[in-house]
Amino acid sequence: MAEIIVVTSGKGGVGKTTTSAAIGSGLAMRGHRTVIIDFDVGLRNLDLIMGCERRVVYDFVNVLNKEANLNQALIKDKRNDKLFILPASQTRDKDALTQEGVQEILSELAETFDYIICDSPAGIEKGAQMALYYADQAIVVTNPEVSSVRDSDRILGILQSKSLRAETAAEPVKEHLLLTRYNPQRVEEGEMLSIADVEDILAIPLLGVIPESEAVLKASNQGEPVIFDESADAGQAYSDAVARLLGESVELRFVEAGKKGFLKRLLGAN
Amino acid sequence: MSEICLQLKGSVITTFILELYHYSTSEFTQQLKDKINQAPAFFEQSPVVISLEKLENDPLETDLTELVSICRQYKLQPMAFRCEDARFIPLIAKTGLVHLPVNASRASIKEEVDLSGSADIQTPPVQNSVSKNSVQADQRDSPELRKNKIISRPVRSGQQVYAEGADLIILSQVSEGAEVLADGNIHVYGTLRGRALAGVKGDTSARVFCKRLEAELISIAGHFMLSDSLREKVWEQSAQVFLDQQTLQVEAL
Repeated sequence: MAEIIVVTSGKGGVGKTTTSAAIGSGLAMRGHRTVIIDFDVGLRNLDLIMGCERRVVYDFVNVLNKEANLNQALIKDKRNDKLFILPASQTRDKDALTQEGVQEILSELAETFDYIICDSPAGIEKGAQMALYYADQAIVVTNPEVSSVRDSDRILGILQSKSLRAETAAEPVKEHLLLTRYNPQRVEEGEMLSIADVEDILAIPLLGVIPESEAVLKASNQGEPVIFDESADAGQAYSDAVARLLGESVELRFVEAGKKGFLKRLLGAN
Repeated sequence: MSEICLQLKGSVITTFILELYHYSTSEFTQQLKDKINQAPAFFEQSPVVISLEKLENDPLETDLTELVSICRQYKLQPMAFRCEDARFIPLIAKTGLVHLPVNASRASIKEEVDLSGSADIQTPPVQNSVSKNSVQADQRDSPELRKNKIISRPVRSGQQVYAEGADLIILSQVSEGAEVLADGNIHVYGTLRGRALAGVKGDTSARVFCKRLEAELISIAGHFMLSDSLREKVWEQSAQVFLDQQTLQVEAL
């Protein structure tokens, strides 16, 4: 049985798709057969981040409407043969999704995959609710600022009340907090919420902290998930998060403001 | 064809009990006046049940009609007398008010237990103490035990939890943007960041307790306070909020 993991946030632009791509790739790199589904029908992005935009022929909605079968729509990643993408449709909207259709596709995927990553659209409406409905686990992507934290809190409420597990009173969806765009320097200066602040407000276990990094933007533009960039701090932080997702205990990195370099001190730069 | 134009429903009404120990016109007038002057608006047009159970006077020497008119003079609304002594009954009839037997509440409890068909009916000593309490207390809460609603997970932004006719107990936090309501008290064994409204049906004795107060709003029986005002009293520590003479009191615990 595959584990269904939704990557969600409520707020837009916090790094859901970047995270879906990185976590999905990370799981595949560790040998797990993984598929990432783009639920953002109408605003397809995952294919770009994964660098497979030119290979999209059929999409999620085509499969849902039986215009294509799953094998035709799934795109195998060029870097890792255990990694697959199911792209969203760019020409349709969220109303194209139906609960039965989504369930059918998920159960078919569950037969052959170990992990199904659902990349949720922003918001709390139908698209986001579809993405999280069948989830076993949820990665809640949050930026260290108040509006993102509040939206994450809202989506946690929806996970508790509107997921299949909530409706059937099964074991609740396992929640993970992933703090992205974290800048220790700015936290020290009091411009950004700290890890402790966010943990205190959301009260769910921390999966990882991804530092704010130029590598992320570069990776997005090049269509190469940042986790493949082993020299980047963000890539390493995502690897740590994947390890924790698989139950390993790894210490947090990149959460302290860096010491000023010798030259900087010499030049008196503040 | 005819639509239903009335319905008979059971209900519990909150009233004041005016308990009389001894009665003389001047003494009663003075003391009632003093009492009401402490919070004139609070008592205005309040329904009142006058209890004669502890009255030491001889029934035949007590002018109940005068008593009622003094009450009305101070803007109370006497609606019934409660007593055991049968000698009062014709006097009460003269005032036009209702006579309530003392053991009414006990009888109703018994009846409820019987109706529910439950196997073990409460033992008499327990019943006695229940009804005694209900007589002595100021009758704000009903003699039946209040039920509780227990929530063990965080109440998140956008969620609303209501404990109807009950106390609400939350073993976790209440997030900003969440709303918790109860007809009775609210206990939050975590940080209270959202809105908490206790006594929403008007129970002025309801209270809010929390382990850490950072609430957006706290309301008791419609009297509310926003975070700005709360901040000036007790903030980021355990606290209780209750109503005292129509003013919200915030106290650290």
